[in-house]
Amino acid sequence: MAVLVIADHDGAHLRDTTLKTIAAAQTLSSDIDVLVYGETSAVAAQAAAAEGVRTVLTAESAELKADIAEAISALIVSVAGGYDVIAVPATASGKNFAPRVAAALDVSIISDVVEVVDGSTFVHPIYAGNALETVKTSDAKTVLTVRPTAFKPVAATGGSAAVEAVAVPAVALKTRFVSDEKVVSDRPELGSAKVIVSGGRALGSADEFKGVLEPLADKLGAAVGASRAAVDAGYAPNDYQVGQTGKVVAPNLYIAIGISGAIQHLAGMKDSKVIVAINKDPEAPIFQIADYGLVEDYKTAIPALTKALG
Amino acid sequence: MKILVPVKRVLDYNVKVRVKTDQSGVDLANVKMAMNPFDEIAVEEAVRLKEKGVVTEIVAVSIGVAQCEAILRTALAMGADRGILVQTEDDLEPLAVAKVLKAVAGDETPDLVLMGKQAIDGDNNATGQMLSALLDWPQATFASKVEIEGGEARVTREVDGGLQTLGVTLPAVITTDLRLNEPRYASLPNIMKAKKKPLDTKALADYGVDTAARLSVVKVTEPPKRSAGIKVASADELVANLKSAGVL
Ligand SMILES: Cc1cc2nc3c(=O)[nH]c(=O)nc-3n(C[C@H](O)[C@H](O)[C@H](O)COP(=O)(O)OP(=O)(O)OC[C@H]3O[C@@H](n4cnc5c(N)ncnc54)[C@H](O)[C@@H]3O)c2cc1C
Ligand SMILES: Nc1ncnc2c1ncn2[C@@H]1O[C@H](COP(=O)(O)O)[C@@H](O)[C@H]1O
Repeated sequence: MAVLVIADHDGAHLRDTTLKTIAAAQTLSSDIDVLVYGETSAVAAQAAAAEGVRTVLTAESAELKADIAEAISALIVSVAGGYDVIAVPATASGKNFAPRVAAALDVSIISDVVEVVDGSTFVHPIYAGNALETVKTSDAKTVLTVRPTAFKPVAATGGSAAVEAVAVPAVALKTRFVSDEKVVSDRPELGSAKVIVSGGRALGSADEFKGVLEPLADKLGAAVGASRAAVDAGYAPNDYQVGQTGKVVAPNLYIAIGISGAIQHLAGMKDSKVIVAINKDPEAPIFQIADYGLVEDYKTAIPALTKALG
Repeated sequence: MKILVPVKRVLDYNVKVRVKTDQSGVDLANVKMAMNPFDEIAVEEAVRLKEKGVVTEIVAVSIGVAQCEAILRTALAMGADRGILVQTEDDLEPLAVAKVLKAVAGDETPDLVLMGKQAIDGDNNATGQMLSALLDWPQATFASKVEIEGGEARVTREVDGGLQTLGVTLPAVITTDLRLNEPRYASLPNIMKAKKKPLDTKALADYGVDTAARLSVVKVTEPPKRSAGIKVASADELVANLKSAGVL
């Protein structure tokens, strides 16, 4: 059995979502190739150094760099013949193209795999993580998205895979790239951060969100997350959203500040190692899953916490 | 211009999910069902495009049991013009749903299919992308802004790291994200009017597509439960605890 893992990267760095997807693939096979598309020069070498990779395939074009699903899926389909399983990190980008690949191959997709039972049997969450479904596929090929938080990354170094460029198939695109509006930040990314400080509706404004959470996040070297309510209200950018329909995270420490703990929010953070809740309402549902709860107004609690951290 | 809006009947998002003790699935007996929230957003967007004069007809389609009619009536009350119920007792996988929707699109020839990014029961986030691939139409998923101009939809998408704007040539498939709009509540007069709007019921077999299951459910279980920890009285006590827990 051979597995093709699709790399997640930013053009300069291979994200650890890729290393975690390779780890999931290793539970299936030792014949693992990694496809790096877009801006590949720096990333291909990093993928080749990852533990347990057989070959790194690279493909470059403007459309691939712009992350256009039609171009990516055509590329993956063009190399799919050599693989039994195609494993894609379950990021917004991966979820955009993986189902297209599956449909083009006339196979089903299994989304957000958290456990590999065997070569055809996988576990994935449904209903915002309130149930775990084990499914067995009868398709000849399997297309999966892998939830990175459920797997430990393989080592980033030590491997020495060969790197091969593959031909980029010509596609008559009916999609054109217009613009990107990326949030630039020096903080760790939410998906890979060890500590996350997350704010909710209670923060009340974008200025307050920044002014209160950033000093604390700076002290902890933390990423900043948000509830949907905080994002909808414009306190935080969309890619901060943690939850059923946002990012799924599992840091060592998750600090929820002024977040009530709706089931859709819990779906994105309940696998964190240690959860802290700071909320002025002692009845807030978030306390039912928090390891440490502090019932206090964030206005006094957060400055005190920032100070106590020294 | 004509829009097709697929709407799914799902467990209401406020209802507590219970896994059946025989591990065969989630208990859906006697619980409140509703339109998938992302599909409400899709209907709302279609209605707004109609109010702007960009769209002339909105057709809502639901695939599922007879009770999906209630979901279609909700879409009609929000402002859709017609409903199609493709009736089946089978719980279809995204690939099968996409194949049925492709057949419906073949009959209806819409300029745009506007649908939810994700159904909150299976959380697959797949059907729109699959439909786009099967139709060979361009796709713009996770939309937070949609503008139609000169045969193109300009779509702002919620992606990793921020936003991306794409132009897709119509016909196209667009899937909605949460921040595209806030769906309206249907007014009582509109609910009454919706009862008289046309709603066609078809059998799954009418479309002659292969909807056989590719996946079999081995079991459905409850995830490990997390229990409440302790309450601390102050920030200092919190820091002391986090230090001894080894996370600071
Ligand atoms: C289809 C769907 C998908 C969704 N997806 C997501 C998702 O991915 N992520 C997500 O987060 N939500 C999601 N939601 C929304 C979710 O249901 C909740 O509405 C949302 O999480 C609430 O955000 P919140 O906790 O910030 O706000 P609220 O529920 O309003 O809670 C605010 C909390 O702050 C506390 N508070 C107020 N003032 C203070 C103060 N001064 N100091 C301390 N505490 C204070 C209050 O006691 C309260 O508990 C989704 C909903 C739907 C329907
Ligand atoms: N049975 C169905 N009937 C109508 N639309 C559906 C059905 N299943 C899925 N959809 C559409 O596909 C979207 C994505 O669903 P999913 O891929 O299952 O997460 C939903 O938001 C609906 O718009």
